[in-house]
Amino acid sequence: MACFLVPATEAIVTTIVAKAVKSHEAKTEEQTKVKALSEDKLPLSKKITRLSGFLWGGSGLLAFEHLWHGEISPFFPFLTAANDPSEMAVAFHEMATVGTSMAVLVTAVWAVLTVVSDKILKRKPKKTAKLGGDAV
Amino acid sequence: MTLLITLIAAVIITIVWYTSPKARNLKVGLMCYMYWGASIMWLVDALFEYKEQGAGYFTPATADMINDSFLGICVVALGTVVWLGTMLISDPEGVVKKALTEKKQ
Repeated sequence: MACFLVPATEAIVTTIVAKAVKSHEAKTEEQTKVKALSEDKLPLSKKITRLSGFLWGGSGLLAFEHLWHGEISPFFPFLTAANDPSEMAVAFHEMATVGTSMAVLVTAVWAVLTVVSDKILKRKPKKTAKLGGDAV
Repeated sequence: MTLLITLIAAVIITIVWYTSPKARNLKVGLMCYMYWGASIMWLVDALFEYKEQGAGYFTPATADMINDSFLGICVVALGTVVWLGTMLISDPEGVVKKALTEKKQ
């Protein structure tokens, strides 16, 4: 009914956090004159921006799905369930269970991706294949 | 069906992103974020529905399946339109700017 509101709220928070971290990184970079972006590590702001990308993209398309099913409307109070208190209780329950699980799973997938991408960046480049040798 | 169609779109776009430098330059990654994000969220939704309905989840009514498929196609189309709009506004290749300046002259 309104499960997408939980990841959408997380998306708003992560966008604000990413902007704050980016400005902090720029300040630190200016003070120390050392570039925050090193070859083997992504800046934290970029990592958080990726998470907000997943959250905005996913909750945006889910909002469209809810509009399709008539669960939200473009006019106030926006949630169709808001007209009935008993339906609103169901919507809150769905937000607490399905919505929270969605936000947690997206964040977990992002965390795994972040760890993997850090490992890929740390990986030493492979030696180029020998030319002319080892032909089977 | 919505989950399946979005997941297939996510996989195709990811392959395109990985294999084509031109696609990466055109910010195809935006569609990856949208489709993967939505797929993960719909997966959670599907798991909760499976918990409620059990095996009945895998045998939906024909009308529901058609409606869900239509929704899935519309979702992919919406994601593509959002990407296209973003790409034209950011204009990474400078094509729009070039076309506009050519018209002016």
